[in-house]
Amino acid sequence: MFELLGIPPQALFGQLLLGLINGSFYAILSLGLAVIFGLLNIINFAHGAQYMLGAFVAWMLLNYLGIGYWWALLIVPIVVGAFGIVLERLMIARLYHLDHLYGLLLTFGLALIIQGLLRNQYGISGLPYSIPPQLAGGQNLGFMFLPNYRGWVVVASLAVCVATWFVIEKTRLGAYLRAATENPTLVGAFGINVPRMITLTYGFGVALAAFAGVLAAPVYSVNPNMGADLIIVVFAVVVIGGMGSILGSIVTGFGLGLVEGLTKVFYPEASSVVIFVIMAIVLLVKPAGLFGRAA
Amino acid sequence: MSAANHTAASHAAPAPVAAGRASATGMPRHHAAIFLALLAAGLAAPFFLYPVFLMKVMCFALFACAFNLLLGYTGLLSFGHAAYFGSASYISAHAAKVWGLPPELAILSGVAAATVLGLVIGALAIRRQGIYFAMVTLAFAQMVFFFSLQAPFTGGEDGIQAVPRGMLFGFINLRSDFTLYFVVLAIALGGMLAIYRIIHSPFGQVLKAIRENEARATSLGYRVNRYKLATFVLSAAFAGLAGGTKAIVFQLASLTDVHWSMSGEVVLMTLIGGMGTVFGPIVGAAVIVTMQNYLATFGAWVTIIQGVIFVVCVLLFREGIIGVFQKWIKKPL
Repeated sequence: MFELLGIPPQALFGQLLLGLINGSFYAILSLGLAVIFGLLNIINFAHGAQYMLGAFVAWMLLNYLGIGYWWALLIVPIVVGAFGIVLERLMIARLYHLDHLYGLLLTFGLALIIQGLLRNQYGISGLPYSIPPQLAGGQNLGFMFLPNYRGWVVVASLAVCVATWFVIEKTRLGAYLRAATENPTLVGAFGINVPRMITLTYGFGVALAAFAGVLAAPVYSVNPNMGADLIIVVFAVVVIGGMGSILGSIVTGFGLGLVEGLTKVFYPEASSVVIFVIMAIVLLVKPAGLFGRAA
Repeated sequence: MSAANHTAASHAAPAPVAAGRASATGMPRHHAAIFLALLAAGLAAPFFLYPVFLMKVMCFALFACAFNLLLGYTGLLSFGHAAYFGSASYISAHAAKVWGLPPELAILSGVAAATVLGLVIGALAIRRQGIYFAMVTLAFAQMVFFFSLQAPFTGGEDGIQAVPRGMLFGFINLRSDFTLYFVVLAIALGGMLAIYRIIHSPFGQVLKAIRENEARATSLGYRVNRYKLATFVLSAAFAGLAGGTKAIVFQLASLTDVHWSMSGEVVLMTLIGGMGTVFGPIVGAAVIVTMQNYLATFGAWVTIIQGVIFVVCVLLFREGIIGVFQKWIKKPL
């Protein structure tokens, strides 16, 4: 077997794959944050909790109702997205006339409540969720062993990201959305129900987070804290990429996942902070973010 | 951001310059009276309440006042203030235990560390505004958390335990909670008075101008970024003073001090007490620490209740306790 800079290729590609999987979650979550921020002008701090909720609802569907992974992929985003819509109507909608900071504080409070309730009920040790039988096993690619489920996570996330990009950039609905992001008053004057669009957008962003949660359930154990630490990294990803561009969020998410994976191979001590270091560099060199527009 | 900025903190703080008759020191009489009352209450309290609990309240009150300097008076929401509190806690604990420094120098080492950290992170964070500023500070604080988890001197999950309280100035033994209490009282009140002085100086007036309308402050010729950075560093330094003192009081520095939930707690204290008020953060810290004390045995319920308080404060009670009270008595507090 050949070696690369003293690293066996199985280790290198294995870590790259893990990085790509983390990157998938960064991409979906930062995409959701960007879509929500674009229209609502709030940072959804509860995004990590909603991702975690997605994993938990999938676990509940399986253990209480016997509904398996594939149906969960469809049902969970709808259920959690509907929950998001309720939150938006009851609480977040009251804050649009205030400073953005209040939206951040409100959703932070919501995240604490959701995490605390699930921690009370299920503890913090984590619940197992097994890989669906269709995706068990793996492929030997010669240079590495690819578990089927991990390959599926990357493909499914890419597909969802590209579909979201397509809807927002290439369809009439997306055009309304982009127009409302630029100037909601004018779009409302053309007879489009902007408040309803805002509500549905929030629901969609939350559904994206829940979808990521279902994908993550078999990879990581289902755990009330799984979203809290992730969301802070995703914030850094969002600062690096800038929230102005949908494609930018996707590219930055996957790219930073890969960088993190590479760091784990060559300098493991720094792997947990490498994204924050990159954030510092980006702030120095291009404060608006790689794909951001200057404020 | 700047246009909407005033809503962040403003209803709570009508310009305090004109209001109230000034005493000889330039402080409005009712403010001087409240500080004296705080001093009197502080001197009497350890005879009635458990001193360690009171010291905890004072450390967090100072922490919240330091945070309020940034959020309440400059309109900058730092969601990573645990980084300065916690790093000072670690450095003070390390200085007292490993270097064998006396408590006053140990705490000062902690303050120095928090100040340097505040300078570095602040210089980077002020390059973005508004919501991004909050995310950047949170992300850097998480970096400090990971550093504290892995660095050799922090003791990982165990933290630094059994920190000696030592001899203050070489001759006052702080082993007794009662003696230490009065030292902490002096530090906390001294810190709060210093913050009060900063808020009510010409420098503080510029900060309020930046909070109300950043673009206008710039157009008047103020170098807004320098003011923001200076405030950020001051706020980090006072947060460090609170963190270092806390490490000496509890003889412990741990990951809790640098965790993001600590950053959230200080936001909550300031919010519930009334941001942009002088005395709000003190009341907020007392409320939250008392609540944690009574609910400590109920596990995750503390988190849930904190979340509920966040939601209620943001939706219904944005002015905070002191904010409502000052409206009622028609004097800025």
